[in-house]
Amino acid sequence: MSDWSKAVSAGFKPDGTVTTGNRGLQMEEALSFEQDAPGRTGVDLPEPPKVKDRLGGLARKGAIGLPGLSEPQVVRHFTRLSQKNYAIDAGLYPLGSCTMKHNPRLNEKMARLPGFGDLHPLAPESAVQGALELLDQLAHWLKTLTNMPAVALSPAAGAHGELCGMLCIKAALEAKGENRHRVLVPESAHGTNPATAAAIGFTVEAVPAKANGKVDVEAFKAKLGPDVAAIMITNPNTCGIFETEISALADAVHAIGGYLYCDGANFNAIVGRVRPGDLGVDAMHINLHKTFSTPHGGGGPGSGPVVLSAALAPYAPLPLTVHGKDGFKVIETTPASGEGAKALGRLKVFHGQMGMFVRALSYMMSHGADGLAQVAEDAVLNANYVLARCKDLMTPAFDGYCMHEALFDDRFLKDTGVTTLDFAKALIDAGYHPMTVYFPLIVHGAMLVEPTETESKDALDAFIATLRALAEKAKVDAQHFADAPKLTPRRRLDETGAARKPVLRWRPETVQSQAAE
Amino acid sequence: MRYLPLTPDDRREMLGAIGAASVRDLFKDVPAKVWQSRPVDLPMHLGELEVDRALSAMAAKNIASGQVPSFLGAGAYKHHVPSSVDHLIQRGEFLTAYTPYQPEIAQGTLQMLFEFQTQVALVTGMDVANASMYDGSTATAEAVMMAGRVTRRNRAVLSGGLHPQYRDIVETHGKYGGFKVESLNPDPEGKEDAAAKLGDDVSCVVVQYPSFFGHVRDLKPLAEACHAKGALLVVVTTEIVSLGALESPGAMGADIVAAEGQSIGNGLNYGGPYVGLFATREKFVRQMPGRLSGQTVDGDGRRGWVLTLSTREQHIRREKATSNICTNAGLCALAFCIHMTLLGEAGLKRLAAINHAKAVQLADKLAGVPGVSVVNQSFFNEFTVKLPKPAAGVVDRLAAKRILAGVPVSRLVPGDKDLANLLLVAATEITTDQDMDALVVALREDLR
Repeated sequence: MSDWSKAVSAGFKPDGTVTTGNRGLQMEEALSFEQDAPGRTGVDLPEPPKVKDRLGGLARKGAIGLPGLSEPQVVRHFTRLSQKNYAIDAGLYPLGSCTMKHNPRLNEKMARLPGFGDLHPLAPESAVQGALELLDQLAHWLKTLTNMPAVALSPAAGAHGELCGMLCIKAALEAKGENRHRVLVPESAHGTNPATAAAIGFTVEAVPAKANGKVDVEAFKAKLGPDVAAIMITNPNTCGIFETEISALADAVHAIGGYLYCDGANFNAIVGRVRPGDLGVDAMHINLHKTFSTPHGGGGPGSGPVVLSAALAPYAPLPLTVHGKDGFKVIETTPASGEGAKALGRLKVFHGQMGMFVRALSYMMSHGADGLAQVAEDAVLNANYVLARCKDLMTPAFDGYCMHEALFDDRFLKDTGVTTLDFAKALIDAGYHPMTVYFPLIVHGAMLVEPTETESKDALDAFIATLRALAEKAKVDAQHFADAPKLTPRRRLDETGAARKPVLRWRPETVQSQAAE
Repeated sequence: MRYLPLTPDDRREMLGAIGAASVRDLFKDVPAKVWQSRPVDLPMHLGELEVDRALSAMAAKNIASGQVPSFLGAGAYKHHVPSSVDHLIQRGEFLTAYTPYQPEIAQGTLQMLFEFQTQVALVTGMDVANASMYDGSTATAEAVMMAGRVTRRNRAVLSGGLHPQYRDIVETHGKYGGFKVESLNPDPEGKEDAAAKLGDDVSCVVVQYPSFFGHVRDLKPLAEACHAKGALLVVVTTEIVSLGALESPGAMGADIVAAEGQSIGNGLNYGGPYVGLFATREKFVRQMPGRLSGQTVDGDGRRGWVLTLSTREQHIRREKATSNICTNAGLCALAFCIHMTLLGEAGLKRLAAINHAKAVQLADKLAGVPGVSVVNQSFFNEFTVKLPKPAAGVVDRLAAKRILAGVPVSRLVPGDKDLANLLLVAATEITTDQDMDALVVALREDLR
């Protein structure tokens, strides 16, 4: 038996009639490592020029262990893998807090223009004026949309942006000679908020929400004191509700000499209609892969620029793009004085996620000021439509309208034997990616539904009909949910087993031992 | 608006179903004084053609590396990426999927990440690798913080051969994260003795291989010295292709490898997005940051993959997480994985051999230019040359002649007159004999 067929037989159990394990268009696919033929390759490279090596006696000895595949095999391999993924291109992806909206293909084309995609980050300034112009333009759009005076572009993702913003706060406090160590975070916050604050030495205190899902301003005020560095808040919050009293919170924290950090993950709900700078925010990261549609790519790359208030602007990390006498200049190392002299340091090599900046600016220019306001309105309208059409059968976590995402709890599943997870898995068999489940943590069995503005009414109606049918079915057929998903490339996977005995890479022995079982 | 499917009729009908008079009613929690009833002060929407024109005009003001002879490196390298890579990563099922939180409908991404982790572990010579980090520089900072957790020590020693911006990032994390960082002086000669800095409080020594200046040094003695003192050896690689020709860091005793994977599958992109590679020894896996894809079985006993060991991560552990990191570099990791699969064992080794041979040829040619000397005894595809005058000026003048001559060390480490005349020069499989000759002619002229 060849390695390949051994691998395939380890991967699935043929049912006796179909020896491949394939089902129609659902193809089984072995690991690339199991398709190896020594010496085979998918690239044709010339003989290297004959030279005497100068590798310092450290030329690699022995095999690396990479498999040999030809180009057609590689194309088929990854095409088959792609077909095992759900994606926005294929259907509604209501993953709350993640803003899975359409990714325009113009943006992909723009990022691949040679002047951007093939531009070296350390090319001389004279060779990168167009790139610096793009950074300047992007900064202008972000500052205008938020009414904030400065932006640090370099953070690589949302959590990296949080780190940047909180470091700016720390640097500002140090400049004032203050050593404040407490950071207040609502219980409903994204996990990255407390993780970020803790990573740079702050003591994190969780503050419970009110019964209506909003922050408890009085509870925050009670905890404020001269040792509080900052409050971290998400607005609209993770329950999909706008924090009406955020300005009061900002005033309160400013009064004791602290700062207000805003997690901008949900900026999509208010873009073009509300400017966070008007709410008293000192720092807010913007996930370009959420609000500004840069593709999520199966988990990244992200991009997390941070807008900053005047109080924090001097501490923004390097690099900075500035207007010089003859064109744009980039400040890469700390100058003795002037702009950048108080920079807190550097958080990322080079200039940030340029490829994401191009896509985001392309998206912003396509929508314009008018279209971006419509984005916020349609996102909120779509979420409220789902909420209104499902609230008689499912149980909204809070009363009233929502913003861009509708939050349900699991009361409607009480006594059915169906859990939130089961409900999510049954949605998969119905052809949908599930909503975010069990987040925010403060809502029991939470289901957070964010349709986004790029769904049509027809698409929403079909989704709503599915949710309603499943909510009805849950009352009579719990087994349907316990068994789900049945129609996917894989059934529910053993996550406990995966964590108990981690297998994190392929090894030839793994396959052999499994085949023997 | 081409990206917004709702029609005015839809909106009316939906508001009716909701029971709201207007969309503004839905925003009733937003105080009137902060509501922007008119569009903010930015241009109105544009069609594809207009956006394309405006952005293309900006792009045209730049000099792309492929348009001219380019010898730029210092942590970002231009390589040929096979056509199928960019085609495959633009498949919507990869491009427009999210993090694989629902594994039954994300096996494509999860299996790919498992293959990626295996490739990274093999190339670096380590036991395990994660599903990628933002880039090599942030991976380096995470490696130092991980070494602190593993050893429960508080001081990191950074080699003078580490990329200066990587050093800046670690120092920034140290300054605000509460650990000490001792950065050795820039080491253009590749002769420093980092082991001399070891002490009972040192969590790790961070060394770049090949170094920022291009040197290739045997790390075994340093690894042994680290281990004898209870410290970890963190090896940083900014040109991952080098490991197709060089002994792996793992084989020399590295405990953590933090690397930049851009060279495989990914374009220059003016510095990002790139893909951070992070690998370590099996015994440290639970202290490793970042996502991991792990093998398991489904309800029918079939092999499959899930995100695993997430109890290390922020969405479970919150303030007790190993790192605040959430995102990985998914699509860039995919590009890496596809390109690496195309290369395979034979292809990666040959690609590396070509890179090295081109660099040797270039070094010999530059050594023949009067006043120019090659600093390095050993290197992979990038080395340092010493010019008879400041390198920054030479680079600017050659750029005006549309030759991107390399990276002046003074750009990254200004104010040190011993470094002012040093130029980093890289060659890859892209570099032609004509490119090399053009550089030699232009340098001769400029230095005359």
